[in-house]
Amino acid sequence: MCTVCGCGEDPAIEKADGTKGHIHEHHHHHHAHDHDHDHDHAHDHVHGEDGSVHYGNGIAGVHVPGMSQEKIIQVERDILSKNDRLAAANRAALHARGIFALNFVSSPGSGKTTLLTRMISDLKERIEITVIEGDQQTSHDAMRIREAGARAVQINTGKGCHLDAHMVGHAIEDLEPAEGSVLFIENVGNLVCPAAFDLGEAHKVAVLSVTEGEDKPLKYPDMFAAADIMVLNKADLLPHLDFNTALCIGNALRVNPRLQTFVVSARTGEGMEALYAWLETSAARLAHARVA
Amino acid sequence: MHEMSLMESVVEIACETAISHGARGIRTIRLDVGKLSHVDPDALLFCYDAVRRGSLAEGAELEINRVAGEGWCLDCAKAVPLEERFGACPECGQYHVQMTAGDELKIRDLEVI
Repeated sequence: MCTVCGCGEDPAIEKADGTKGHIHEHHHHHHAHDHDHDHDHAHDHVHGEDGSVHYGNGIAGVHVPGMSQEKIIQVERDILSKNDRLAAANRAALHARGIFALNFVSSPGSGKTTLLTRMISDLKERIEITVIEGDQQTSHDAMRIREAGARAVQINTGKGCHLDAHMVGHAIEDLEPAEGSVLFIENVGNLVCPAAFDLGEAHKVAVLSVTEGEDKPLKYPDMFAAADIMVLNKADLLPHLDFNTALCIGNALRVNPRLQTFVVSARTGEGMEALYAWLETSAARLAHARVA
Repeated sequence: MHEMSLMESVVEIACETAISHGARGIRTIRLDVGKLSHVDPDALLFCYDAVRRGSLAEGAELEINRVAGEGWCLDCAKAVPLEERFGACPECGQYHVQMTAGDELKIRDLEVI
């Protein structure tokens, strides 16, 4: 109850998630006005654009000892909720057209672009592939993709360390991938930040090269937890390294027990057929799910 | 530095919420950030300084409430504190722990004027 005028105030407000909450609002009387506000007496209230009037704002308002004039608004919203909403829209749009999208994430230099160009050259007769390329600067990677035979859009993030759902939504509009096709999204080379940003893809694919060390999944657990697939690249170098493949996969499974791994060499083509089999069946399943 | 995009999102959501409640300014923004989440609170504060300028949140204080990590150990069948995201159970030493708290990343409430 208001200690100044005795009015009962405990308005319920609708929170962002649609549930009812309470704002602890003190002494803000709302009067809807439908006349012009050209009266000439001195004001101690503010006319809001929505017709509401706020008394007690600032120093001219009523001060009640022990109570401040602020009000608390319960928000209870995930910081990433905006991105997540856009990602859901991307996912729905892709799903409606039977487009199978993969978000490739890795540290710089793991061989993502080489992997993609290899996949495009090997698969272009069988499936249509388009590519969204994310880098901080240059369109070198998009050029490499186009040379391999796929349509590509380059996103330069400038300072940004990751792609977000908003950028990818616009890139999909520009690219217009065909129904039932496959879309590769090559994220900015970074094993940390892209983990947090859903783009609307079917799966995140973490690419790790065998030159990086078996403990990468433990050092950067967020990414390997967010991914569904791990591609262990540069397998042709294994004879020259002390890399323990089983230990690496074990570390990754500790972080994410559902992670599926493919050991490949994008350079020699070794192990790629298994990856293609997974890709083609997954894409076909998605395309048919849309029809059914 | 994805903290920059996160803080841009925080300021955007805070300002939209404040405006929809007819507020003239924001005094405090309170976040819940789990200790096991992928963000660094110091980096959030640093980025916040850069992104709040010129917005309704320009003078607003940012309070970050750290939420401790907790998990459910499948072997011990009970809730246990978790120091790292994919860490072992502090009691039995096994890794059969499902994280139940500590991954939070949300705006809890705003104090507006």
